[in-house]
Formats: sequence, structure tokens, C-alpha cells
Amino acid sequence: MSVSGEIIGAVLILIGAIFSLISAIGNVRLPDVYTRSHAASKSSTLGVLCALVGTLLYFLISDGFFSIRLILGIFFVFLTAPVAAHVICRAAYRSQVPLAEQSVQDELKDYYMENEIETAQVEDKEKIAVYQGK
Amino acid sequence: MIFETVLITALCILMLAILANLYRIVKGPSSADRVQALDSIGINLIASTAVFSVLLHTHAFFDLILLIGILSFIGTVAFARFIERGVVIERKR
Repeated sequence: MSVSGEIIGAVLILIGAIFSLISAIGNVRLPDVYTRSHAASKSSTLGVLCALVGTLLYFLISDGFFSIRLILGIFFVFLTAPVAAHVICRAAYRSQVPLAEQSVQDELKDYYMENEIETAQVEDKEKIAVYQGK
Repeated sequence: MIFETVLITALCILMLAILANLYRIVKGPSSADRVQALDSIGINLIASTAVFSVLLHTHAFFDLILLIGILSFIGTVAFARFIERGVVIERKR
């Protein structure tokens, strides 16, 4: 009985760790902040959820211990990680972080122009040039 | 024996992920990149705390998982508001 718990826990934890590594590789290699947010929010959340579910199942099968705190942690991470990624992306767009050079469309720009929504002031154009030149 | 080896391997993989995110924090062109990488490091810390609690076979770290999650989320939202508006807590008048 204990062996099956160890196998299930080890497999889920290893899958979660590999997903976290893939997320980190995407976070290093992708070109700008908007594409990086895909890597940083989705696959990272999946990785930590796999690791936490593996921990929960390990303690449930080998000890018979069902942890409400761990369920609460899973629920909280699942709830807050997309919200955090959305808030960061909105802050990046409002503070005029430029898109990558190979991106082809910016629909939000037209919306902002039409409705004259105020974005944060970046007076010095050199800063944008530094961002684009990386 | 194999179980502990797999857990330590998972910890090493998580350490590599944290190092990659640390590179993004140092390099990242805008501060939104840095905040995003910090949020990602918080999530990886949650995962490695869970792996440690399996490795040491203790229930004591489950509170810590919840606490790191809450602190990481609040820090991310505060940083994002600071990037967006220049202040964290806004006064209405």
C-alpha cells in the first residue's frame, strides 16, 4: 500500500518539476513580456499543481492523512496565479512596454486611441529605444 | 531509496528553474519582466516546499505553502500597481 503511494507521489512530483523547468526555459527564451506571461503563468501553475497533488496523494495513500491546508493551498494557487499574470500584463501595457519586433498586431492600441484612455507617461524616447534594442 | 532519489532529482530540477528565472530578473529589460519572474520564483518555491515536506515526511510545512502563496500574490499585485500608477495605495482626494 505504501509502495503505490510512493510511486504515484514520485511520478506526479517529477512531472510537476519538469513542467516548472519548461516554464522557466520559456521565461528565458521568449522575446517580450506579453509572450513570456504565457510561459510564466500557465505551465508554471500546472507544474505547481502537479507537485501539490502528488504531495496530497502521497500523504493520503501512505499515511491516510488528508490535509485540508494543502487543499486550501492548491485552491489558492489555482485562483491567484492567472490574476497575478493579468495584473502584470496590464501594468506592462499601461506603462508602454513595447511589443516584440516580430509581433504583427496590436488591437488594444486602437482601442486606447479611440477612447483616449490615459497611459502612463514615458517622456523619454530613449528608454523605449533601450527596451527595443534589448 | 529510489523514491528519495526521484525527490532529490525533482528538487534539482526546481533549482534549475529558479536559476533560470533569476537570470530573467537580472537581465529583464523592463520592470514588468522582473516582477513576472519573481512571481514565477514564488510558485517554484511553493513546489519545492511541497517536495521537501514529502522528503522529510512531515506535515509541518503545509502552513508555509499557503503563506508563501499569499505573500507572493500580494507582492505581485503591489508591484504591478506601483508600475502602473506610481503608488501602491491610492488616495481618493
